[in-house]
Amino acid sequence: MSKLSKYDAIIVGGGHNGLTAAAYLAKAGKKVLVLERRYVLGGAAVTEEVFPGFKFSVCSYVVSLLKSNVIRELMLPKFGLEILPLESTFTPFDKDYLFRTSDPDQTYKEIYRHSRKDAETYKRFGPLMGQIGMAVRPILETVAPNPLGINFSDIVSLKKLFSHFNGLSDENFEYLCKLMTMSSSDFLDEWFEFEPLKATMAASGIIGTFMGPRSPGSAYVMLHHYMGDIDGSFRAWGFQRGGTGELSMAIARSAEYFGADILTSASVDKVLTKYGKACGVVLENGDEYESNIVISALDPKLTFLKLVDENDLPSDFVRDIKNFRIRGSSGKVNLALDGLPNFTALPGDGPHLRGAISISPSYDYLEKGYDDAKYGNFSKEPYMDIILPSVLDPDMAPPGKHVMSCFVQYAPYNINGGWDDMKREAFGDAVINTLAKYAPNIKDIILHRQVLTPQDLETTFGLSEGNIFHGELTLQQLFSLRPAVKWADYTTPIRNYYQCGSGTHPGGGVTGSPGEMAAKQILKKWK
Amino acid sequence: MKKINKLQDFICRTELKMSPFFERTSQINQSQEWKRWGGYLSATQYDLHHDNEYFAIRTKAALLDISPLYKYRIKGTDAQCFLDKLVTRNIQICTVGQVMYSPWCDEEGKVIDDGTIQFLAENDFRLTSAEPNLTWLIDNSIGMDVSISDESDDISALALQGPKSRDILNSISSKSLDSLKFFCLIETDLKGIPVTISRTGYTGDLGYEIWVDPSQSISLWDLLIKYGKRFGITPVGLNALDIARIEASLILLDVDYISSRHALIENRKSSPYELGLDWTVKMDGNNFIGKKALLFEKKSPSNWKFRGIQIEWEPMEKLFKRVGLPPSLPSKAWRVSTPLYYNNKQVGYATSGCWSPIMKCYIALAHIQEEYSQINSKLDFEIKVEHFNELTSAVVVETPFFNPERKTSCPN
Repeated sequence: MSKLSKYDAIIVGGGHNGLTAAAYLAKAGKKVLVLERRYVLGGAAVTEEVFPGFKFSVCSYVVSLLKSNVIRELMLPKFGLEILPLESTFTPFDKDYLFRTSDPDQTYKEIYRHSRKDAETYKRFGPLMGQIGMAVRPILETVAPNPLGINFSDIVSLKKLFSHFNGLSDENFEYLCKLMTMSSSDFLDEWFEFEPLKATMAASGIIGTFMGPRSPGSAYVMLHHYMGDIDGSFRAWGFQRGGTGELSMAIARSAEYFGADILTSASVDKVLTKYGKACGVVLENGDEYESNIVISALDPKLTFLKLVDENDLPSDFVRDIKNFRIRGSSGKVNLALDGLPNFTALPGDGPHLRGAISISPSYDYLEKGYDDAKYGNFSKEPYMDIILPSVLDPDMAPPGKHVMSCFVQYAPYNINGGWDDMKREAFGDAVINTLAKYAPNIKDIILHRQVLTPQDLETTFGLSEGNIFHGELTLQQLFSLRPAVKWADYTTPIRNYYQCGSGTHPGGGVTGSPGEMAAKQILKKWK
Repeated sequence: MKKINKLQDFICRTELKMSPFFERTSQINQSQEWKRWGGYLSATQYDLHHDNEYFAIRTKAALLDISPLYKYRIKGTDAQCFLDKLVTRNIQICTVGQVMYSPWCDEEGKVIDDGTIQFLAENDFRLTSAEPNLTWLIDNSIGMDVSISDESDDISALALQGPKSRDILNSISSKSLDSLKFFCLIETDLKGIPVTISRTGYTGDLGYEIWVDPSQSISLWDLLIKYGKRFGITPVGLNALDIARIEASLILLDVDYISSRHALIENRKSSPYELGLDWTVKMDGNNFIGKKALLFEKKSPSNWKFRGIQIEWEPMEKLFKRVGLPPSLPSKAWRVSTPLYYNNKQVGYATSGCWSPIMKCYIALAHIQEEYSQINSKLDFEIKVEHFNELTSAVVVETPFFNPERKTSCPN
């Protein structure tokens, strides 16, 4: 066992939040070390050349919620941040399709083709979600107070929030309450009638969550996905040039620019404690690093049940973490293609291939997919959110070839009999067969395929149970309850041990927010 | 979308000229939005929104019809001497196969226009300009052995700009472009179509301009679209170009400066020094038009500088927050003279600006009084926040704002 250098702070996990926290701490002059288990940085925000010449954003595939102040404060454009717009959603169904773009007139005309009422309602719905998003955003940007022991700074921030909510109209307050509690299908039924439109919008309420569109609580997840829309300057949805891993690399370069050390292939075994305080880490290879504080960017299960001894934690807290819902519900299928998919409903090349392609023809379709998962199977006909990154960024594939990223739901972590190679392939086949119903040429153009089950997401990327958000974004585990009551301010029951992953407030997605807020909170308390 | 408009014969009457590529560009212009450029109809954007076109310039390959540029052919034993006299740069050092950018001035050293000079062959040059210059050229060639002809309508041109532009051209050119340096040109053929390709452009990115006989225009367009598809070739209009050229800090006549020929008052005229073009004025070479005046100006410099400014985010965000809005940013480049202040005194004005989608910051090109024009100087920029004019902080920064290595590099 060798003892290596001493740091002010060690960050366990080189995902985008860990790197963000590292960059902020290094910027403040702290001596920081990031330890990443894999050979590559980014965690779930990673680019890998899975097949020669074909690069994939293996897990996280779009960017929408990355905080604009993080982009500026860490000077990310200087270090390689380049976000290409993904501005449309194409929903094929039966023999027809719904194609929405960022152009309001085009979208109005397109929805009008299917429902005159919805076309008009859609124009009202967007601004409403914008207003509510603007109202909710300050919550996401406030360190969650401890409701059991509110201190002075909590009162100040809560007062700010209350005055902010005072500005909401009665009508919008009503909608906000509905969004916080209803199912996305019930909520959308109050507005729209056209099934493919409703189902596609409701689909953002189930992403990464073990719920169906008819499950209460799914409306909030939908709102979470709307949050990126309100920043006046940045596009709602985008794709990082070179894949999502390049975004992580931009943050890593920024962290290094500010002086942080980053080690890959450095798997942390345990956080070391002395007199009840964290004081360093030991790697699986036996190397030890000393530090004043340790910050875990891993999910709450790994942060508290693996990296430290359960005995060092209060038993009620351990119970809370064990009960923390982190059920994986999705898989990922990455395809290397010889050409472009040809959709029966809208044949040939066109702008519909430049945005998201959503396989979500109806509520029933989504809900049936959920039914399969409830009883321990993957969806026979799953919901899919698809993009073709190489159409936006030709560097992702050899000339004329393409890469296709399919986010697939549902694939339960706890599948009947457990995941094995056969089940993985059967899951891959279900995805391809479903796709082939809409784009029959798909089978002929597949050169390679990579199928990732929730179990693969756990073993390869360290996402417990394969949950992409480090824990579901449901009301009982948001804000002051994420990941557990009393410990939502990035501290933990162990002194000098902190958390900064997506399992903390404000939750999952490539936002950089937990990493940023944790670092700022830690710096405030630094003595 | 692949919808064919049922009105197959979409006829319009216009006195404006159609570029030789119009047969194609008119068919793909989704928005049917056109702008006038040198008397031609020129597409502002082919898509409903210019975002995708902008990113094609920065990540793929953008195809732009630049035929409306004015083009003059200058031949004869005195051609090089003539151009050396005409423009501020030293053309005597120019060699065959080279291209030089330069402004040209009147006798008072005030800029008339700016463009590129292509050294095509011994005693054979092409000059491009934003405005008609034939009379000025002829008047200044008296007594010299040069023939000057306006070949604006005799040459069509396409710009192919973006990181993938070289790959596309290499896939169809009989000569490789790998060793073609920035601001150089070659004669080659693209699948049998004879062309001149110059490594020039108005985007500040890796890119080329292709000069071709008008009779070959449509074949060239189709060829590039066909072979460029694998590399993401995208027809691009002027809206996206305008953002790219501001990021590259390239000036635009009648926007960032006024030609001395049609400035109504002296104050509207600019010398190259006042446009940040100091590097183009070569005092050690032969005489050129305006040299005397510029020598004088060098000794007692003008009080005006041309600079890049960045409008700072946080103060702007605060102003918008006060009215309950996120910052409202321009989605297109703007061209309205906008005041710049220092301690409530106006010390300059920005002439064009945009939100840079790639750098994620708000930038503008500005004329600033010298004492306030140092890099990192802080100024106040006027913006409109919900109908009310407010001042927000801006800082003078280095230009070009965006300057990727690929712009000038060659493959190993």
